[in-house]
Amino acid sequence: MLDSEVPQEGNSTLGGQRKAMYARGADGKLHIVQSAGWEVEEIVTRQAVEDLNRLAEDARQRVIAGQTSALEYHMHKARMDVPLLSQVTGLWQWRIRRHFRPDIFVGLSAGLLQRYGDAMGLSVEQLKKAE
Amino acid sequence: MMEFQHSHASHCESGVMSSMLRHLGLPISEAMAFGLSSALSFAYLPIIKINGLPLVAYRMPPKFIIKGLQKPLGLKMRFETFRNPEAGEQRLDQLLDAGQLVGMQTSVFWLPYMPEDLRFHFNAHNVLAYGRDAASGDYKLSDPVVETTVTCAPADLRRARFAKGVLAPKGLLYYPEGKPSEPDWAKVLPKAIKKTTRILLDSPIPIIGVRGIRRLANAIQRLDAAGNPAAAKMFIGQVVRMQEEIGTGGGGFRFIYAAFLQEAAERLARPALNELSETLVDIGDEWREFALSTARMIRDREPLNPFKLADKLRAIADREQTFFRDLRRAA
Repeated sequence: MLDSEVPQEGNSTLGGQRKAMYARGADGKLHIVQSAGWEVEEIVTRQAVEDLNRLAEDARQRVIAGQTSALEYHMHKARMDVPLLSQVTGLWQWRIRRHFRPDIFVGLSAGLLQRYGDAMGLSVEQLKKAE
Repeated sequence: MMEFQHSHASHCESGVMSSMLRHLGLPISEAMAFGLSSALSFAYLPIIKINGLPLVAYRMPPKFIIKGLQKPLGLKMRFETFRNPEAGEQRLDQLLDAGQLVGMQTSVFWLPYMPEDLRFHFNAHNVLAYGRDAASGDYKLSDPVVETTVTCAPADLRRARFAKGVLAPKGLLYYPEGKPSEPDWAKVLPKAIKKTTRILLDSPIPIIGVRGIRRLANAIQRLDAAGNPAAAKMFIGQVVRMQEEIGTGGGGFRFIYAAFLQEAAERLARPALNELSETLVDIGDEWREFALSTARMIRDREPLNPFKLADKLRAIADREQTFFRDLRRAA
């Protein structure tokens, strides 16, 4: 890749930051060039983010329909999955899945809710609502 | 407050080590830190899943660079992990008060200065702490992949350092004991290069090195493009993310290693390494072409065709095999 070939087309997922790339200058030497972003990276990052957002939105709809608890929504919103949430909270995966049942979720103790809240950086109040 | 010079790098771990060594009086470029520790690799790890997708890595595992620089530079690094976050925080303050530059392993997800869209649960991101703001109590950080220095509130840094999951950092801190010395380049460089060729050519496990690239090609070929295109696209998208988005300097670290080979050619007065560096830039460009086709298929600008991507990967694998054999001979 030559200096002039370093993509500068912008990448919204970088949030205005630039990244360091290695490219060949006129003297044939490789050096660092700041890149404003490459569309290819934007596409694959968006793909991952959109997939996570889709999971969260899907869970939110099911919370409204009463088919799952707000916990599942917040888990996806925090870009986690059940194995990761299990590792962070120290709870069994089957227990977390059980807490996805709305009737069980409303009866959770303050201590358990706090544990989930800490894992995802949320207050207990935030955790109870899917918004 | 210590004098500290931040520099922008493409990869966190080599960037951290390059800054740390410069701070200790041994100016070494990021590319040199990367190459001297033999960090270039390829690994396709179907057993380790990230959000249900296999891990693809273009470099050796985390901490490999930090550890690998110890021997050639006669440097002793000290690593400390903590069971208790309070203890980890106190120890960091203690080291900073003593004027120490401290490396830390963190989770990208909890670092507030990172762009929102790049904040995934990736636990092996390296940053340097060089002080604490007296007024706000915020930590002053040098994150090599960010253009300037940044600050981070103590509560956020604690979360980032004590995140759980795959590669959990456990509050890892590292700092040098003693000073590095200028190595005998004629000895350490050929050794480091040979080690890289061994990693890429002679791995006993078929998922590491050039064989790993072929293994990945087979896995891509098996994707069900007609039956479940969304899943196939997620799989190939993940490969490109690991190759380009996650601070690699482009082409899955192939360009940064080419920069290292140029530096090595100069230090050893061996022009053959310069020619090899050019070949590696070409190979890096091929990796970028692979990424481009993949992105076009994800966005349906060209038909989704796993066979085409697999063939491209096999072509790259063949080229890399020839390249690393030549490199071995030249070293």
